[in-house]
Order: sequence, then C-alpha cells, then structure tokens
Amino acid sequence: MKWLTQNIGTVVDLLLAHLALAVPAIVLSLLIAVPLGRIAQGQKWLRGPALAAVGVLYAIPSLPLFILVPSIFGTGLRSPATAVIVLTVYGVAVMIRSAADAFGAVPESSLAAAVAVGYSPWTRFWGVELPIAVPVLIAGLRVVSVSTVSLATIGSLTGISSLGTLFTDGFQRGIVAEVVTGLALTVVVAVVLDLVLAGLGRALTPWTRSSQTGRA
Amino acid sequence: MSLWNEALAWLLDPVTYTGEGSIPQRFAQHIAITLGVLAVAAVIALPIGVLIGHRRSGGGVVVVLAGAARAIPTLGLLTLLGLGIGIGLGAPVVALVILAIPPLLTGAYSGIGSTDPATIDAARAIGLSEWQIVRSVELPLAAPIIVGGLRSATLQVVATATLAAYTADAGLGRFIFAGLKTRDYGELIGGSVLVIALALVLDACFALALRVLNRRSHAPSSTARSEERSI
Repeated sequence: MKWLTQNIGTVVDLLLAHLALAVPAIVLSLLIAVPLGRIAQGQKWLRGPALAAVGVLYAIPSLPLFILVPSIFGTGLRSPATAVIVLTVYGVAVMIRSAADAFGAVPESSLAAAVAVGYSPWTRFWGVELPIAVPVLIAGLRVVSVSTVSLATIGSLTGISSLGTLFTDGFQRGIVAEVVTGLALTVVVAVVLDLVLAGLGRALTPWTRSSQTGRA
Repeated sequence: MSLWNEALAWLLDPVTYTGEGSIPQRFAQHIAITLGVLAVAAVIALPIGVLIGHRRSGGGVVVVLAGAARAIPTLGLLTLLGLGIGIGLGAPVVALVILAIPPLLTGAYSGIGSTDPATIDAARAIGLSEWQIVRSVELPLAAPIIVGGLRSATLQVVATATLAAYTADAGLGRFIFAGLKTRDYGELIGGSVLVIALALVLDACFALALRVLNRRSHAPSSTARSEERSI
C-alpha cells in the first residue's frame, strides 16, 4: 500500500494510458467486425473461408505482432497507435465470428415480415436485424473487451505505456507491490468494462425485460 | 522494406544456425517448454474436466473460473512469479501451466457434458459400468471438443512461451528480447517471424486433426447430426 500511495500519480497516468489503448481498440473492433460479419453471414460461400481467415489471425502470437505491425504500417515501435492496431486485429478476429453468429440467429420470419411491411434492405438492417442481433453482439464484445484489456499489457515489453509498464518496471526493480498493483488494476479495468457493456446491452434491448416487468 | 531484408538476411545467415543460442537450439527449447507445460496442465485439467462433465454438476464453477482466468494478464502473472521464484524457467513454466488449464478443463468438461443423455442411458441399460461409459462412450464422442480445447491451450502456450525469455534464457523469445535491447531489427523481426510460423504450423496441424476426428465421429449419422446442430 505504501508503494501505491507514493506513486499514485504514475499509476493514474498508466491507467489512463491503458484505457486510451483498450477502449479505441474495442470500439474499432466492433465497427469493423459488424459490417464484415454481416456480409460474411449474408454470402453463404464467403462465411467458411472468411471465418477460417480470421481464425488464422487469432493464432498469431501477440508479442511478435507488436513488432511486425510497425514494420508493416510504419507506426513507431513505441507508439500507442501500434498497440491499438494490434489489439484491433485480435478484437476483429473474435468479433467477426460473433457478428456472423448474431446475424445468423435472426429468425427468417422476422426478416420476411420486415420485407412484407415494406422495409428496404438498408432500413431492415438498422430497424430489424441489428436490434435483434444486439444480445449476441454484446456477448461477443464482452469477450473482446476482457482479452483486449489483458493483452494491452504486452505492449509494455516494446515500450508502449500501459498498466503493463507496472509489470516490467516492477520486475526490473524487484518491487512486488508494483506488479501486484498492475495485476489488480488490470483485472478491475476488465471487470468494470464488462459491467458497462452488460449494462449497455440491457439498455439497448428493453424488450427482453418487458415480459418480466409485466409491460407486455 | 530494408527492415524485411535485414530480417531475411538474419534468417538466412548460417551463423544463426550454429553454436550456443542458435535457431535450432532455441526452437527445440521452445517446443520442449510447450510440450512439457501442456503435459503437466493436461494431467491436472483433463481428469477433473472429465469428472465434472460425467457427473454433470459443477460446470458453472468451471465456466466462471475460465472466464476469470482470461482477465488475468499473462505478463503480470509471469513477472509476479518471476519475483517470487527468481530468474529461470520455474516462473514461466508455472505461469504457463496456470494459463493452459482453463481451456483444457473447459474442453473436457463441455465435451463430456454434451454427450446425449439418451446415449448414456442406453449404455447403462446394456450393462456398462460408469468407467466403461466414460472410456468407450463419452470420451470418443467428446474427442473433437477435447482436442479443440487442446488446440486453444497449445496456441496460448506457444505464444506465451515467447514471454518466458523475459525471465529465463530460453525459447524463441530470446531473439525478440535480444533484438529489442540491441536494436537489431533483423533479429527482432526474424525472431518474430519464427514464432508466428511455429504457431501457424501448429494451428494448421490441429485443424487437420480435428477434420479427421470430426469425420470419424460423425460418419455413421452425419446427416442427422448436422440437422440437429442447425437448430
């Protein structure tokens, strides 16, 4: 505790730096994976190969990716942008599968009904498919969120600041309290983001609760 | 592009293939760590997973534990154990075993637990003992899912064994950490390419093994099964 109170400023800075890597990566994963997942689900021939391709992405170990991304994208080895790209690659790899499953689980009857009452493909996507897909999308995004928060710490090995810096610095200087602080905070961030996403999922799908509250 | 030329030059340099810390030596260390860790983790996780799956109770605890384990950053666990155990292979091996257990446990539990109850009742009705049911009914049917768990565990361990080089002088990660320290981009990128290649080759082997297993376990009633699954 003594170490923490003496270094609270550094810890807060690293916590903010960590969020600045993880949150954009989670949001980008969602924004990239949802349209791709929808397209993969819509074109039956595309689904298998597309999911196999992202499976390969997911098999790539993270530390080497932190090193290859700068040489491919021209971002700096120690730049936060490198971390955001790496984390987004893994996030998309997980999220595309969830998105394809989410849109695949939309009942045919709902789609047909929407067409029958005059929805265009575009309005049907926003008004029918996306809302019905929300629970599965959120479930996938929660998996992405937890693993992104944990993976962001790896960047500290190449010099990208995050809560992982507490691990490398604590290890080199032999300060157990510093490493423990990093571990605890990383888990706390993961849990808090998970709760936020779970709450968001509930807020976006009020109809799933209507039968319990008696409004239906 | 010159960075990639440096990496290629490093990968093709005969010097990196001989003596102490050569590519073949690091490669062998990496594989040995991975196999050793998987063996220890499997001995711990598979019997427990099979037991929980067979008894069909306690599965909730496994799911919660596996989810919680995902939130723990590997590097944090590794450095904490490194401070406790000291420099060397001890810390990474313990950290890797802890990491490998959840996917193995989940695979065994969900594979065994997903056996059709009617099939088990039938086996019981013709007089099979509980152990015989596990061995000759549940395990063969669960094989694809258990191997799937082994695949996730293997990929995670192979990737994370790279970090072992942070606290120990072993594995392909040595090239990455040495390259980072000396700013030798050829070694850095070349080492990264080696780790990625190893992971992708292992993943492809598992994909192939799973295809064979799936074909075997689904062969007799493939149509009925695939219809069931699409619901």
